[in-house]
Amino acid sequence: MTSELAFPPGLIMVLGAILIPFLKGRSRLLLLLGLPVLTLAAVWGLPADASLKVAFLDYMIEPVRSTAEGRLFATIFAIMAFAGGLYAHRQASATELTAAFVYAGSAIGVTFAGDLLTLFVFWEIMAFASMLVIWSAGTPGARHAGYRYLLIHLLGGVILMVGIVAHVIESGSLAFTAMQPDSFGNWLILIGFLVNAGAPPLSAWIADAYPEASPSGTVFLSAFTTKTAVFALLVGFPGAGILVPIGLYMVFYGIIYALLENDMRRILAYSIVNQVGFMVTAIGIGTEIALNGAAAHAFAHIIYKALLLMSAGSVLLMTGKRKCTDLGGLFQSMPVTAINGIIGALAISAFPFTSGFVTKSLETQAAANEGMLLVWLLLLAASAGVFLHAGIKFPWFVFFQKDSGLRPPDPPASLRYAMWLFSFLCIAIGLYPYPLYAILPYPVDYQPYTVEHLVTQFQILLFAGFAFFVMLKQMRRTLTISLDFDWFYRKFLKEISNEFTLRTSAAREQREEQVWSAVQRLIDNLYKHHGPQGMLARNWPTGSMVIWVAVLLGLSLTLYYI
Amino acid sequence: MKESSQGPRTASQPETRKHWLYRSENLPKLWVIQIVILVLAVLPEFFLHHHPHFEESGFVLDGTFGFYAWYGFLSCAGMVTLAKILGIFLKRKDTYYDE
Repeated sequence: MTSELAFPPGLIMVLGAILIPFLKGRSRLLLLLGLPVLTLAAVWGLPADASLKVAFLDYMIEPVRSTAEGRLFATIFAIMAFAGGLYAHRQASATELTAAFVYAGSAIGVTFAGDLLTLFVFWEIMAFASMLVIWSAGTPGARHAGYRYLLIHLLGGVILMVGIVAHVIESGSLAFTAMQPDSFGNWLILIGFLVNAGAPPLSAWIADAYPEASPSGTVFLSAFTTKTAVFALLVGFPGAGILVPIGLYMVFYGIIYALLENDMRRILAYSIVNQVGFMVTAIGIGTEIALNGAAAHAFAHIIYKALLLMSAGSVLLMTGKRKCTDLGGLFQSMPVTAINGIIGALAISAFPFTSGFVTKSLETQAAANEGMLLVWLLLLAASAGVFLHAGIKFPWFVFFQKDSGLRPPDPPASLRYAMWLFSFLCIAIGLYPYPLYAILPYPVDYQPYTVEHLVTQFQILLFAGFAFFVMLKQMRRTLTISLDFDWFYRKFLKEISNEFTLRTSAAREQREEQVWSAVQRLIDNLYKHHGPQGMLARNWPTGSMVIWVAVLLGLSLTLYYI
Repeated sequence: MKESSQGPRTASQPETRKHWLYRSENLPKLWVIQIVILVLAVLPEFFLHHHPHFEESGFVLDGTFGFYAWYGFLSCAGMVTLAKILGIFLKRKDTYYDE
C-alpha cells in the first residue's frame, strides 16, 4: 500500500528539537518526553507495509518504508531519546539537547529509509548533530575530539556517497535492499557502513570522542551512530561472509583495549566496539536466528549500555573525576548509582534473568547451528571476556576496589529515575523476552531458559569473575592510555606535518630571499643608470650637443657627396 | 564476589569505622564465599546431561564435565595475559597526546 500521508517518523524529533531552546523548565521536560512518545506512536501507527515514494530527477526515492527491522530500531531509538531526555534535561545545555534530539530523529530517519539517498541524507545529519553533542561539553578536549570525530565521519560519508553513486550506475536502482559485496559500489557502501560501526582499522574514534562529551552527551552518543550502522548492515549486507572475521576482531579489540584502559567511560566506549562486534559477526552468519540475534542484541545493548553510561555519568557529575585510579569505594555514598551500574553490568555480561542473556545467546546459538566451531568458541570466550572487561571491571574499579575517601551523594532525582527505568527494562526483558521476540524481523523459535543454558552461563561467568579476582594484581590501573590506529592521525601525521612545516618554511624563506635579492638587484641597476648619478639621467651639456649636430651635419654632407 | 585485595587507602581510619567490605579480617571470608559460589555453580554438572553443539563434526569437548567453567576461566586468564603483553607496547602516559 502506498500511503500519501505517511509522514517520516524521524522528522517529529528533528523538527520538534527546534522548539527546545525556546522552552524552559517543566515545559521543556514535557517536550523532551513528549517527542519520543509521539515518535513511538507514529512508528507503530504506520501500516506494516507503509511506503511514501517521491519521484526525484530520474529516480524514485522512498523517504518512508516500514519494515520489521526499521520499526524495531526506531522503537529502541525513541525509548532511548525518552530516557536520555529525562537524564539530561536537568543539567544539559539547550545546544546539547537540541543536537541530541536532531541526532536521535535522524537515526530514526535512517531506519525508515527506503532508498540510499534518504539514508545518506539522514546519515550525514547524524554526523553533524552528534559532533555538536560532543562540542557542547565545552572543553578544549571535547572541541579537538569533535573535530577528529567529524573528520572520520566525513571520510565515511564520502566513501558511502561514492559507493552509492557507483551502485546506482551499476544497478540503476536507488533502492536500499539486501546487497552482496561483489562490486566496487557495494564494497564502498559496506565500508561506509563499517566506519560508523567502529570496525577496524578506524575503531579508535569511539573511545576517542565519546568520553569527551558531557555525562549525558555520552549516553546519547553510545546509542545511535553504531546501532544505525548495525541496522544498515542488517538490511544491506545480511550474510556477507567478510563480516564474521571483522566482527570477531572488533569483539576482541574491545575487550583487550578495555582491559588496558583507566578512564571509566572509555572502558565503556571500548565495550561498545566489543558489543557491536557480536552483532556484526551475527549479521555475517546471516541466518534468520543470527539476524534476529543481531537485532535483539542491538535493542538490549542500547538499554544496558546507556544505563552503564548513565551510572558512569552520574559519578563524573558528582565527583568531577573520570579515572579509575581516582575512584573507588563510591558504593557507600552513591548506592543508587552503584546498584544501577551493577544491573547494567550484569545485563551486558548476559547474566541469566537480564536482557543480555535472552538476546546475545541467539547469536552464539546461530554460530552453533551453522556448525561454525571456531566462531562459536571465540564468541564463548568473548562472552566471558565481556564480564571481565565491563561486567566486573567497571563496577569494581568505580564503586569498590580501594576506598578513595570520596563521599559524593547520588545524583538528583531525574537522573535516578532515568537509571531506574532502564534497569527495569534490563530485567523485564530478561524475565519476559517474548514481547521483544515478537517484534524481531523473523519468527523466533528459541527458548533461552533451559536448565543447561542457565547452568553453563552461570559457570562461564562466575569462573570469568574468579579469573578477574585471581589476576587482580595484573590489572592494577595505571595512568596510561593505549596506542591505537588514531596514533597515525594524531601523532604520526601531526609530526610529519610539523616537520613538513619546518622544512617548507625554511625553503620558502630561501626562495623569498632569492626573489628579494633579484628585485633588489633590478632596483640597483635602474638606480645606477637612471639615478641622480646615472649615465642616462645626466643633463646633456650644450657643447656635446653642438659636437653631435656637427657630426650629423658632417655625416649627411659626406652621404650627399657620395 | 566482592572483596578487597588492595589495601584501603584510608588506613588511618579505625578498623571498626570502615565498611565491612574494607576490613582486613573479612578478606578471607570473602574468598570463602566466592569459592562456595563457584562450587555451587559446578555442582549441577553431576546431574546434568550436556548436549554437545557440534556432535556431527566430532567435537564433543563442550559436553564434558565442567567445560564451561574451565573454558571461562582459561579464556579470561588468556585475555588478561594478552592485554598485559600488548600493554607493554601500547601503553603510554595519559598526557601523551596533550599539547
